[in-house]
This record gives sequence, C-alpha cells and structure tokens, in this order.
Amino acid sequence: MRPALSILFFTVVSGMGYGLWFLLGAGLALAPVRLGREPALLALTVGAAFAAAGLVASTLHLGQPRRAWRAFSQWRSSWLSREGIAASASFVPAAALGMLLWRGADAGALRAGGLALAVLAAATVTCTAKIYTSLKTIPAWRDALVLPGYLLLGLLGGSSAGWLIGALAHDAGDRPLPGLVATLALAAALLKRAYWRRLDRAPPAATAESATGLGRFGTVRAVEAPHTEENYLTREMGFALARKHAARLRRIALFLIGAVPAALGIAAALWPVPAAPSAGVVASAVIAGSFVERWLFFAEAKHVVMLFYGER
Amino acid sequence: MTSLPPPSARKLGLVIDLDTCVGCHACAVACKQWNDGGQFGPLPDEDAWGERPQGVWFNRVHTYEVTSAAPALTVHFPRSCLHCETPDCVTVCPTGASYKRAEDGIVLVDEDKCIGCQLCAWACPYGAREFSTTRGVMQKCTLCVDRIYNESFDESDRQPACVMACPTRARHFGDLGDPESAVSKLVAERGGHDLMPELGYRPVNKYLPPRPRRAGGTASAPPPAEEKVDFSTAAPILRWLDRLLSR
Repeated sequence: MRPALSILFFTVVSGMGYGLWFLLGAGLALAPVRLGREPALLALTVGAAFAAAGLVASTLHLGQPRRAWRAFSQWRSSWLSREGIAASASFVPAAALGMLLWRGADAGALRAGGLALAVLAAATVTCTAKIYTSLKTIPAWRDALVLPGYLLLGLLGGSSAGWLIGALAHDAGDRPLPGLVATLALAAALLKRAYWRRLDRAPPAATAESATGLGRFGTVRAVEAPHTEENYLTREMGFALARKHAARLRRIALFLIGAVPAALGIAAALWPVPAAPSAGVVASAVIAGSFVERWLFFAEAKHVVMLFYGER
Repeated sequence: MTSLPPPSARKLGLVIDLDTCVGCHACAVACKQWNDGGQFGPLPDEDAWGERPQGVWFNRVHTYEVTSAAPALTVHFPRSCLHCETPDCVTVCPTGASYKRAEDGIVLVDEDKCIGCQLCAWACPYGAREFSTTRGVMQKCTLCVDRIYNESFDESDRQPACVMACPTRARHFGDLGDPESAVSKLVAERGGHDLMPELGYRPVNKYLPPRPRRAGGTASAPPPAEEKVDFSTAAPILRWLDRLLSR
C-alpha cells in the first residue's frame, strides 16, 4: 500500500495528540489536584494542536475536502465515519476542561471532564486502528496486534510529549512520566517485533489461483497486464519501494521508539538527569520512529488485488 | 446510507465466459467509450495526450497462463465490478456516497457525495474502484444502469455496453437472482465460479471456466520430417541449382 504522507502525518501526529489528551484526561480523572494548572493547560493546548494538525492533514488526502462534513453521517457501518465523529467530539470535553482549568473549577468537574476526554481520545485512536483492521483485502492489517500497536504508540507519543511539557514547566519532579515512557517504549518495541514476526510468517489471504478461479487447471501466472503503464491500482496498492529496505527500517524504528525512550526514561527515573534535554530527545525520537513505523505499516502491507497483476 | 439493504430478489450481473474470451479488449474500450461520452462524461483522463496519460477504466482485461501436467492454457480474463452481495466497499464509505441498490443489487457511487477518501478502493479485493484525479471522486462500473433501463433504446440494446461489444459473446447480462433466467442456467450448466470466494464478498458476477480440451489435445503434433528428394536423376539445370542452393 502506498504510504500517503497525509495519512502518515495524521495517524502519527494526531495519535500523539490524542495520546496526550488521554493521559491528561486520565490524570485529571484520577487525581485532579496533583496536576499543576499551567502544565495541564499547556498539555491540553499541545494535544489540541497535534490533534487538529493531524485532522487538517488528513483532509489533504481527500479528493473533495470541502465535502468532508459528510463523513459524519455513516457511523452505523463505517469506522472512518466513527473516527471522524470521535475525533471531533473530543474537542468538546477538551474545550470544557480548558475553561474549567482557566477559571479554577472544583475537583468533581475536572474529574468528569477528564474522564470524558480520556474516553473519547481512546475511542478516536481505536477507530483509526479499526479502519485498517476491518479491511479483509490487506492481511497485514487484519492482525490482532494492529489495534494494540496503534494504542501503544499513541500513548508513547503522548507520554513523551507530556514528559517534555512537564520538564519545561519544571513540574516533573514528582511525576511518574519517565518511568511510564520507558515502560510504554519497551512494550511498544516488543509488540512491533512480534507483529513483524507474525507478518513474515502469515499465510496469504488469497492466491492468483483463487482470484481467477483457475486453480483447478493448474498454476496461474500473469503473462500480460491490461495496460502497459501504471494505473491507480498499481500505484496505490502495488507500492513496493520500501520492502527492499524493510529489515533495516524495522531496526531503525525499534531503536527510535524502543531503545532511546526506554534508556533515557529509565535513566531519568533513577538518576537526576537534566529532564528537559532528555525529554526533548525522547519526544523527537518517538516522533521520528513512529513515522518510520507507520511508513512500514503501509509499505509492507500487500493488497490482494495485486494477485491479478502477478504478485505471488 | 452505506448499510447494506436486505438481499434483493433481483441480482443483476454479468456472466463472463473464460472459454470464449479472446482478449480483444473490445469490452474495455466499449465501456470507456459509453461512459466517457461527451465533454462532461464521467471518465475523464488526466494528461490524455501527454507523456503519462492515465485514467479510470471500469473494465480491464488480463491474460494468464495456466500450467499443469497438460500443455499450458492461455486464459484471457476481463476484470470489472462483481456487484457483490456483501460488498465492503459500501459499508466502509463514511459519507453514504457508496451504496447498493435495494431493487436490483447494483453497486453505485453517488459522485456528488463522494469525498474521495479512497477507502472503498482499499476495501475491494477485485480492483473494481478507481480514483479519478481529475474529478476527485471514486468511480466504478455502473452495470450501464443508464442503458439497461433506458426506454428510449430498443429492447435488444438495453444491455451493458461491454456485453453489446463482445465479438465472441463471452459476456452475458441478466438476473442471477432468478434461477430460471438464461444466465443462471448458463452458470449451472457450465459450473460458473466466484472469484476469491474465501474473502466472503459473495460476488454476483460469475465466471465460466474454460471447457475441457478435446481428446488428443494433450499430445502436441510431431515435428515435420525432413523431406528427401533424389536429385541424381533430375535435369542438369536442376542439379546445378541444387548444388548452388545447397552451399
């Protein structure tokens, strides 16, 4: 599958924003008084900026972006529609929390707002992953580890951003964020490794024989394509550029989303490491690593329609 | 509404005979011509006369070689929308642009509602949907819905353009929901099959397999034996020509 830059940007950056919102919401719901007012407002704003930037980028992928509002209508059947609704609805508790934090509301209101934000943020990333896992045509995306992968990477991005915000606001001393970042990084790296191993061993969803129905006569080999040039299908579904470097890109992704945040997170949790630089390096590494991971998620995924074009 | 309607009794679709298809692409060209008719036709090409022309076709003809113990079989294979009974291209659509008609099962795109997110193309295993970069919307086979119900046409012309164009009558149009229809009988008689049945989209269109080879078809003809001509008794001029030409 062709890794469209608009979709990569949307899933990575929005995922990070909703991850940050989830952590902030959960933090407010569990312990509203422990979070400082300024860091909480800052996290809320950064989360909003990331979520919005990703959503704007996602509309660039559309052929008719001015009709994007129509995507709210088919929530009964479409995960993309549900994602649009959850992504937009998250801004309601976020805006309410902004008002509450600004005016200094009581703990009960903050708890309720935080809970709503956490639930909707988690729902948004779940819907994003479900768009991919619901496609029977792309076996690599049907895998059971895709949904936890999206959730973990969103949380990892969000917690790295949260750590950086806390460090910049000099509010990180008693926060458990470095430890959380390290734990999530290790979990994400293990999960992605397991996913790639399964991917390499997964049986194909279909074959050229079943696609043409000619299997009973023997082995099917494409000798002539319908067109000499590329067409929409071969460009969109037949993207094979990154597969050549897949092994190296996987190692790069694991280093950036696993090793770097885990090492710095553990170091910061145990020793008095300068917080802001460490958090800055971790946040940059996690963003870069998430982009590599998402690129591979698309580029390595094979679509069954390419069986008609001779892909085995 | 992108939720699927209850299964319709009428299931309009195509039956494609892989035995008689000669791979001439007439169906693909006729389809393109019918659907692109006029300046505001729905199938405009990008860079049509330039370096890298590209555009949407609803019909694409592949050619396959099938090898086994017997000599290889060459099969020409037209591929188009199969108007599935459980099409994911419809249910994934976020806007309601993609829909399956309750009355006859034809799967269509309302181009005024389509936002061009292309998720339906990802969801289709048969490559039936192509994105028009010039119009910014998804396009697909309509089963010539503007022909088959067109009362200004002669009854015999109320068929999809691809069916009308096929010179070997390898394409048949009809109601596959009616077991008594000509197409249903053809499918039953020839053992028509589905494409990628394991994915569970339940295509309406059926493909008829190549017929079994006639007896002796498996043995290839012996190579022609070298002719022996005795020139020793021939006329001198012929002997001389033979020597000349044998050098």
